[in-house]
Amino acid sequence: MATESTNTEAKSGAGKFIAFALIGLAVLAFIGALMDDYEGGLSIHPMDQFVVSPLFSDGPVGVFTITNATMWFALAVLAVIVIMVLGTRGRAVIPSRSQSIAELAYGFVRNMVEDVAGKDALPYFPYIFTLFLYILCANFLGLIPGSFTTTSHIAVTAILAAAVFLTVTILGFVKNGAGFLSLFWVASAPLALRPILAVIELISYFVRPVSHSIRLAGNVMAGHAVLKVFAGFAGALGLAGIAPIVGVVAIYGLEVLVSAIQAYVFTILTCVYLKDALHPHH
Amino acid sequence: MADEAENTGHGGAEAGLEVAIGTDHGAGDAPGMPQLDFATFDNQVFWLVVTLVAIYLILSKIALPRISAVIAERQGTLTNDLATAEDLKRQAAEAEESYNTALANARAEAQRISQETRDEIQAQLQVEIDKADAEIAAKTAESTARIAEIQEGAVAIAEEVARDVAAEIVQALAPGQDVDADAVAAAVANRVRG
Repeated sequence: MATESTNTEAKSGAGKFIAFALIGLAVLAFIGALMDDYEGGLSIHPMDQFVVSPLFSDGPVGVFTITNATMWFALAVLAVIVIMVLGTRGRAVIPSRSQSIAELAYGFVRNMVEDVAGKDALPYFPYIFTLFLYILCANFLGLIPGSFTTTSHIAVTAILAAAVFLTVTILGFVKNGAGFLSLFWVASAPLALRPILAVIELISYFVRPVSHSIRLAGNVMAGHAVLKVFAGFAGALGLAGIAPIVGVVAIYGLEVLVSAIQAYVFTILTCVYLKDALHPHH
Repeated sequence: MADEAENTGHGGAEAGLEVAIGTDHGAGDAPGMPQLDFATFDNQVFWLVVTLVAIYLILSKIALPRISAVIAERQGTLTNDLATAEDLKRQAAEAEESYNTALANARAEAQRISQETRDEIQAQLQVEIDKADAEIAAKTAESTARIAEIQEGAVAIAEEVARDVAAEIVQALAPGQDVDADAVAAAVANRVRG
């Protein structure tokens, strides 16, 4: 027993060492990348990190071109496989740590769907879980210095939001027929106010996908741009750069929070919209 | 120092941002926000759809069935374990009950045995006492009879002595005269018996 425990300790010690080494390398790479950008004088390009460019050629970006975005999409899929498939391969009744993570995510989103949208929304749970895991993984992968954040692009989040909007709207009409329109007819309001409210409700309904997509892309993009601006100061200020580095660390912490929260917000809003589609009556 | 650094930083940032937003700078073709470079939209949309379909298939074909099976199994195990625990608890209660019953029985038995023993001893004692009483009574009766016998004997001897003495006295008082033995005996007996 004693030898076993020392073995695991040694192993976890080695794991920690490797983790620290990796973090150190990442920091060095980050600083190196900054130094590459540093062309003398102060030149900060906070938006460069969002540029989509081909990985293996210099040509224009076509539909099927393998770009840096493609790579980070693939890494997100890989992350999902690692968390949800490799993590659960033990299928243990008493879960291992990695299996607990997968089960935690599963339970978290499943409960959210059930609590917000009701039991009859559970058939759509895999779809919502897909959205949640993709956004979560993409956001966290985007926090790796030098990475590309797929969720920072309007094109991506707009497709996500449009998919939700179309699904929910079609589902509403399929499930409720014309009764879905009662979503816009506030029966509890005075009769005279109802047409006005209907107009407002209608507008707000069509604004949903816009806010749904821009909220995610905007949060991620703004955070990453601010990080880059602060990092640029650090590169330009020499020794005094310690102040912006402290700022970068603080904002990075905030970004970790934002990454999780935005995934959560996107998912819970999807559940709310789904609830409206399944139960349109106020 | 820090304030100074911040100030310089802000001043520089404006210049830097101007550079970044205002002009193309080699790294990419996107002026300003790469997010608004519509040339890359179809590419991103295509790969996003591929990604989402891939994640959806991975989840719905592998991960979700696996996790829900594990959770169902766990639920089943929990239910089973709870039922087993309930059963064991019931068994323990039963065992305690039977133990208590056995204990009570044993106590009653012990009480009964001790009572029986006591009764037996009491009976034996009574028999012994009765026997002793009877013996004592017999001895007493025997002794009484002996005493009576001795008394009787003493009276007879006294009577005989009295008779002899009376005959001698009569001889002495009336010498030569024939002594009527029967009369003397009757007189003595009359006197002695009172």
